[in-house]
Amino acid sequence: MSIDKETARRVAKLARIAVPEDRLDPLATEFNAILGFIEQLQEVDVTGVEPMVSVTPQRLKRRADVVTDGGQPQAVLANAPDAREGFFAVPKVVE
Amino acid sequence: MTQLTDLTLAGARDALRAGETTAAELTDAHLTAIEGAGALNAFVHHTPDIACDQAKAADARIKAGDAPAMCGIPIGVKDLFCTKGVASQAGSRILEGFKPEYESTITSQLFDAGAVMLGKLNMDEFAMGSSNETSTYGNAVNPWKAGNSDAALTPGGSSGGSAAAVAARLCLAALGTDTGGSIRQPAAFTGITGIKPTYGRCSRWGVVAFASSLDQAGPMTRNVRDAAIMLTAMSGHDPKDSTSADLAVPDFEAMLTGDIKGQTIGIPKEYRMDGMPEEIEALWQNGIAMLRDAGADIRDISLPHTKYALPAYYVIAPAEASSNLARYDGVRFGHRADIGQGDGITEMYEKTRAEGFGDEVQRRVMVGTYVLSAGFYDAYYNRARKVRTLIKKDFESVFADGIDAILTPATPSAAFELGANFSPIEMYLNDVFTVTVNLAGLPGVAVPTGQNARGLPLGLQLIGKPWQEGELLNVAQCLEDRAGFVAQPSKWW
Repeated sequence: MSIDKETARRVAKLARIAVPEDRLDPLATEFNAILGFIEQLQEVDVTGVEPMVSVTPQRLKRRADVVTDGGQPQAVLANAPDAREGFFAVPKVVE
Repeated sequence: MTQLTDLTLAGARDALRAGETTAAELTDAHLTAIEGAGALNAFVHHTPDIACDQAKAADARIKAGDAPAMCGIPIGVKDLFCTKGVASQAGSRILEGFKPEYESTITSQLFDAGAVMLGKLNMDEFAMGSSNETSTYGNAVNPWKAGNSDAALTPGGSSGGSAAAVAARLCLAALGTDTGGSIRQPAAFTGITGIKPTYGRCSRWGVVAFASSLDQAGPMTRNVRDAAIMLTAMSGHDPKDSTSADLAVPDFEAMLTGDIKGQTIGIPKEYRMDGMPEEIEALWQNGIAMLRDAGADIRDISLPHTKYALPAYYVIAPAEASSNLARYDGVRFGHRADIGQGDGITEMYEKTRAEGFGDEVQRRVMVGTYVLSAGFYDAYYNRARKVRTLIKKDFESVFADGIDAILTPATPSAAFELGANFSPIEMYLNDVFTVTVNLAGLPGVAVPTGQNARGLPLGLQLIGKPWQEGELLNVAQCLEDRAGFVAQPSKWW
């Protein structure tokens, strides 16, 4: 499978990473090298094999459905690049 | 008494309890060593005030007769751990200025036990790298030099700062994390001991996530006993990490009997790679001889899917990373890019992530995005997860056949020069012997057992059964006893 410039552009968009136009071709080349390496997996006979879900067999624990934490908006917002009036502030999202 | 920075963790603990030194003296000695070691670029955030306060509190506890093993022990903490009020950047620009409002479970446990934090340690960005060259802080440097060469060597990665700091005697022990070999490879490159515990042994809460199904924290120390002591203090169930195991934590140190008579050690033929340097093969053969001398039975075994571990890892780890790193969007914490006139929120995300993530992180996030995207999910991600099942079965079969532990080289080479300009794939091959262990969730420990012709340390890896870190460390102790590795880097920094 080969990745072209347009696929690289699409992947960058999906990953929400701005990639300058002149970096798309080199990026596609890098992807192809890595995907070529991964391609070896196609040699393995995986018929009837379950994909791994959990590496250690254990039941996820359940806990009571109660609030255990919260009520600290200042701590939550303390690291925000931009916070106003108790909220995270972002650029306009709707016109 | 020897210099305070030359003590082992166990030696320092005993000296503290005997009143031969104080936590304050130990801490001062290490803070001074750190001040003089800027050239190693191991410590990237210094916390002398916290250290002095913690040392004072530790001394009071010791005086009162309430001294757990870690009480008063100066340690370094990998930058991947969230430490309250102290910069925690995961080696990334995107977390510049981030000071967590909370403490990771592991550092909480260690601090509750009286440990002293000297500062935060350099690492590859988001733990993605094998040479510490992807860090936003610049390279950490290996205290070892090859022969008469003055070239700067990598301490390995991603826990490069942790390895350099322990090897250079800047702290008695350090916290590392290991997703594909990031504790064991740097330990081997710097002549120290590092164990990645069984997946679920230590809580991941408050540790910046890279690939959640593979990440596990562990101690990096100057010998096996120290690793056992620190691992005991780090381990245990945490309700805040649903994958942490609700199992009793044994006293790992008490399990170091040095007796492995009658145990069976497996030697996997698939780990004998084409083009493997002669010095690594010789190291391995020496290790086999040491364990045989200790009374173990040595048996050749096969782990047939070994070859596919790295390719499976390079699907699964980037896939999980692409999901985990989606949170860095410039909204809640860390870096936000300046945006242009008319830019909306999408442009803010894209510019923030382009500025905040380095090349390797961007590459892995995008590879992960690709293998999870519609149409490729089955061909890549699901197939890799099936191969992972097969890799785990390989280990289960040999353990069921009576193997107690497996001996392999830790790395395919000694430490290499910084700036060697490897391609991504060549760099990934560093983890060829270690990555299987993460995929199978097993404990693995790297122990220094020799030096190459140019005097650089080399390590062997032992792989154990799930939850048998104590038994594994006991085998490692036998190796350490027989290898008698005492070499130290000559101070040039």
